[in-house]
Amino acid sequence: MADQNALEHDEPLLVAKSLSKSYGRIAACRDVSFSLYPGEVLAIVGESGSGKSTLLQLLSGQLAASGGHVSYQMRDGVTRDLATLGEAERRFLFRTDWGFVHQDPAQGLRMAVSAGANVGERLMAVGWNHYGRIRDTASDWLTRVEIDVARIDDAPRTYSGGMRQRLQIARNLVTEPRLVFMDEPTGGLDVSVQARLLDLLRSLVAELNLAVIIVTHDLAVARLLSHRVMVMKGGRVIETGLTDQVLDDPREPYTQLLVSSILPP
Amino acid sequence: MNAPAYNFAYLDEQTKRMIRRAILKAIAIPGYQVPFASREMPMPYGWGTGGVQVTAAILGPQDVLKVIDQGSDDTTNAISIRKFFAKTAGVATTTATEDATVIQTRHRIPETALHENQVLVYQVPIPEPLRFLEPRETETRRMHALAEYGLMHVKLYEDIARFGHIATAYAYPVKVNARYVMDPSPTPKFDNPKMDNCPALQLFGAGREKRIYAIPPYTQVVSLDFEDHPFEPYRFNAPCALCAAENSYLDEIVTDDKGGCMFVCSDTDFCEGRQAAGHHGSLSAAPYKEKAQEKSNG
Repeated sequence: MADQNALEHDEPLLVAKSLSKSYGRIAACRDVSFSLYPGEVLAIVGESGSGKSTLLQLLSGQLAASGGHVSYQMRDGVTRDLATLGEAERRFLFRTDWGFVHQDPAQGLRMAVSAGANVGERLMAVGWNHYGRIRDTASDWLTRVEIDVARIDDAPRTYSGGMRQRLQIARNLVTEPRLVFMDEPTGGLDVSVQARLLDLLRSLVAELNLAVIIVTHDLAVARLLSHRVMVMKGGRVIETGLTDQVLDDPREPYTQLLVSSILPP
Repeated sequence: MNAPAYNFAYLDEQTKRMIRRAILKAIAIPGYQVPFASREMPMPYGWGTGGVQVTAAILGPQDVLKVIDQGSDDTTNAISIRKFFAKTAGVATTTATEDATVIQTRHRIPETALHENQVLVYQVPIPEPLRFLEPRETETRRMHALAEYGLMHVKLYEDIARFGHIATAYAYPVKVNARYVMDPSPTPKFDNPKMDNCPALQLFGAGREKRIYAIPPYTQVVSLDFEDHPFEPYRFNAPCALCAAENSYLDEIVTDDKGGCMFVCSDTDFCEGRQAAGHHGSLSAAPYKEKAQEKSNG
């Protein structure tokens, strides 16, 4: 599927070229390069401290890279280096064409305002000024992420963990972004809720032709969602390839260890 | 001067220069909050230290000062600030809106239309309209810089979702000169339309928060709203019980412990002016006064 997409859209959506980031003498991320095509789901896996989250922050422009650069194909078709974008442009990109799903929904949601306003915020930020229409769109999105519309006026404080995570996804997808970053979206959820969330994500990704970069330490998540996998260790990408290929036939010793550390079902 | 121990209008000249610089910058960028080095004043925070500093910085010996608190000229706050400047600056004071050149106000804009030779100075407790939505000052400054005001509508959305209409009744956010979203200080939203295209200069001083902002004369001030829930000024549906005014902002005054109340103009100068001109409301004391007068004469 990834290759098909690549053929359909010969221009990549996001290109990272020899990205690196060091905190003083500690190199958190070294020489990472890849291209992401529209509609493609890329999983970044690795243990804690392998540089996954740093990489995600570099890619989403939240952190300035020490070396290398990231370019992104904007909605007008022009590919631009993220470092050359002004802050206003970058923030605009972040709330229209991009989404960012945090591991902890409290970071990505406004916990004290209602679910409807949480979903509507991005719309209001791009100038929607009609209460009825904002509310209709918000209830539509709540239905799509399987939240009871009757709870539209409740604050996410009163939601369960799984509902919060689904609400966070709705909030991000309402402006129909083309690229979504996810940082351990299923972390902290129990297994059945995880399965339901993954199912939902998978259908949304297919339906909206979303490109996703998902950081996870859970190989099951990578296997279910992603087309391609990058394995990181010590800030480097040590192995990359199609998900099935990497997970079923790991080449690097570390990847073999990672794969074999999953308990057989 | 009555109090030679103080410099004119209490503050020293260097401080006044500093405040005037901030005021000039605020006028140059309508609605933008200019930081300034707020001083300790001989009154507690929350009693109008910001407004008093702005007034002290702009007051000249020829000025005529009026001070109102919730529309009233005769509450503690209004009287003590008026006395303060009468003592430290020796300026003339008045309660008549038309005669004043500088009007310091807390929570109201006078009912009488302001004119070009007047300055309205507001006392502001919290200058940041985004404060309760976004607690980080660094973030709210960035949002102002980039004109990201979607969050302000989130607040209005919440109002409608919860109450069916925009329930914000005071400190109703406005957009100044099509750029900065501004907190008009806790004036009732009834007063918001008066800020738009006002001939008088409007200055806002927040002492504790150390911010000054301004609306220059004849500047566009728009109250934020939704297309399908437009801005509406709120007023109790009653005439003033003393002067029968139908278009002034009313205070509700509880008169007994059985649910009785009366509505009277919050602007005392306006109300007294109307009564002097012969307008009487349902609870006006005027007929009794006249009767009492007749008796004592007869």
